[in-house]
Amino acid sequence: MYGKEFEESLKAVAAARDANIAYEPARMTAKEKEDLLAAYHPDYKKSEFRELRVGANKGEALPHELCDMLEAKSRIKAEDIDLDHPTYDVDVLIIGGGGAGSSAAIEADNAGAKVMIVTKLRIGDANTMMAEGGIQAADKPNDSPAIHFLDAYGGGHFAAKRDLLAKLVTSAPDAILWLNKLGVEFDKAPDGTMITTHGGGTSRKRMHAAKDYSGAEIMRTLRDEVLNRGIPVIEFTSAIELILDENGKAAGAVLMNMETKEIMVARAKTVIIATGGAGRMHYQGFPTSNHYGATADGLVLGYRVGAKLLYADTLQYHPTGAAYPQQIFGALVTEKVRSLGAKLVNRDGKVFMHPLETRDVAAASIIRECSDHAEGVDTGDGLAVWLDTPMIEKIGGEGTIEKRIPAMMRMFASFGIDIRKEPILVYPTLHYQNGGLDINVDGETTNVKNLFVAGEAVGGIHGRNRLMGNSLLDIIVFGRSAGKNAAAKAKETEVGKLTLSHIAKFDAERDAAGIETNLVSPKLLPDYARKFN
Amino acid sequence: MENMVNVYLFGKKYSVPDNLTIMRAMEYAGYQLVRGCGCRNGFCGACATIYRIKGDTTLRTCLACQTKVENDMYIATLPFFPLVKQVYDIEKVKPTEQIMMQLYPEIYACVGCNACTKACTQSLNVMQYIAYAQRGEFDKCAEESFDCVMCGCCSARCPAGISHPQVAMLARRLNGKYLAPATEHLENRVKEIENGTFTELIEALMGKPVEELKELYNNREIEK
Repeated sequence: MYGKEFEESLKAVAAARDANIAYEPARMTAKEKEDLLAAYHPDYKKSEFRELRVGANKGEALPHELCDMLEAKSRIKAEDIDLDHPTYDVDVLIIGGGGAGSSAAIEADNAGAKVMIVTKLRIGDANTMMAEGGIQAADKPNDSPAIHFLDAYGGGHFAAKRDLLAKLVTSAPDAILWLNKLGVEFDKAPDGTMITTHGGGTSRKRMHAAKDYSGAEIMRTLRDEVLNRGIPVIEFTSAIELILDENGKAAGAVLMNMETKEIMVARAKTVIIATGGAGRMHYQGFPTSNHYGATADGLVLGYRVGAKLLYADTLQYHPTGAAYPQQIFGALVTEKVRSLGAKLVNRDGKVFMHPLETRDVAAASIIRECSDHAEGVDTGDGLAVWLDTPMIEKIGGEGTIEKRIPAMMRMFASFGIDIRKEPILVYPTLHYQNGGLDINVDGETTNVKNLFVAGEAVGGIHGRNRLMGNSLLDIIVFGRSAGKNAAAKAKETEVGKLTLSHIAKFDAERDAAGIETNLVSPKLLPDYARKFN
Repeated sequence: MENMVNVYLFGKKYSVPDNLTIMRAMEYAGYQLVRGCGCRNGFCGACATIYRIKGDTTLRTCLACQTKVENDMYIATLPFFPLVKQVYDIEKVKPTEQIMMQLYPEIYACVGCNACTKACTQSLNVMQYIAYAQRGEFDKCAEESFDCVMCGCCSARCPAGISHPQVAMLARRLNGKYLAPATEHLENRVKEIENGTFTELIEALMGKPVEELKELYNNREIEK
């Protein structure tokens, strides 16, 4: 339900709708994109970054909030932990119960390893569950993994690690087939042909979807499969410190029950970090589309034992976060809305960009429209632009919205907005951690043995920006691969004596750098409780 | 000035701004949530909640993250509900009526009260999808239940003890794997990749200098 204050702008948008549908805005040139990003993208705002003073990436400029967590103290004292009597003793320990962790668990189980998942909330409480738009794979006759490679490499500003990206695109069709054979439903034509659309920055229609519950459909199926296999899932239990063995190999983790605070030890032959993203760090004060536990824990855990980060300075701001009503501020409005034909329109009803530019470019363009162009709509809580959803019904026919993006329709309907008839207000929201731990093509960190990483906690697969639909893909491809490789490595591993000596080493480095801090990390959960004292 | 309303969290009264969701109202009241909070966007089902408005006998259900507070709302969260999840081997089960009788026989004890449908936080026709499951019409059950977030509110209200979300989960997997048409172009592409059809192309790209890749990228043809 829009108030009177929106009436005039809504009229302008409705009046221009037919003309806007017909209008094909030009795509920006490489130079235009470069200039736009430098001037308006949050990653380029120098005051929001500072130099990291300890660890493998010392000297790099990273977001303040991340530096604080990376430099913070451990939640435990090494001498308080009894490493000789572990509560759990497994082959493969997986930290995180999202799409990457679950895929890894299934494959490690397939390989005959004794595997266990620990997760600080429930299995499936993850960004995977919230991915709406789809998953990319070059499986149509007019497409190829090479074209997929070029789209993703360019979209990521030519910064991706090429071997990781090549693995991503060449494993993509098999990932879809694997999911389909597990029972994941995809939108298909009656003859079985996948119904695919564009995403921002794709040159072929290769976005596979399950309505706009793509991630949820994948996640609930993976979860069901993990449970069918009887893989132990230790919920409401977070990893708060990694454990190495005397040879410097990853060999387990110190765990904490999120409710009782009981401390436990898990010993393992190999460890997979699948802890996901960092939206709840609220970099630069942005709202986020991420789930409650997205606090960069894996980056902190890995960094403290010496693993390197790659591109941790780059975040993805999804161009279309909900900007109104206030109750869903920052929630994701899937890119699929634009794939289906809705365009971005300013206060005066003018289309100001091609709707399918890459996410970083689209976000910067919206920020420019609302700032220097002064063409934003005042929502009462900030500025926003329109995403003209009724266009979808005009282009695709009545019923398209209900059939293809039911979750979006429901989310806005809860607050009295019928997106079939009225456009919605959007503004960029913190969405994805482009950077993360640096891995080799087998998924193992480049400098800590037996430590694997999969999913959003990895850096380098996408470069400095990620295309829609390549994240659901990477959690499956690299999750499966990490599971297989960690299981194989476990077979040849003899765990030495466990140690937490890295904590003292890190403390010494912090002291030497003259850092004084009372913060502890990983963060585990954001603190939204109102404070009274 | 914010308009305030009174809500009763587990029976205790708090005054909170009227524009908050139930979840945000709990945080406003001072709760640091661990249970009953997941995606905060209506997809994960972690925040199933039961409430009643004072003076009204109707017991209502909702997701705390998607529902605004109202005055005189008595709220109890349901952060966990003991659904029955049967285990099975997806490779061995068959998409026939038999499988439901074997794994979830309680669905045939449905008394048709429709309490599940009334309780659904996603406004799904839950009783209808259970009826489809009873008849082995798994494609219809899958479609009807597709938006389920497995919050468990339906099961909490069911006199027959049915775990509706798990029944639907099984139906969707059976449909996705066995009933929906297979995708020929996908299977072909997987074979092509296995046969190395694209290996040279990819390797050639990987070996090119960045400038050349920029050229290729900036001038690539984009499908309409």
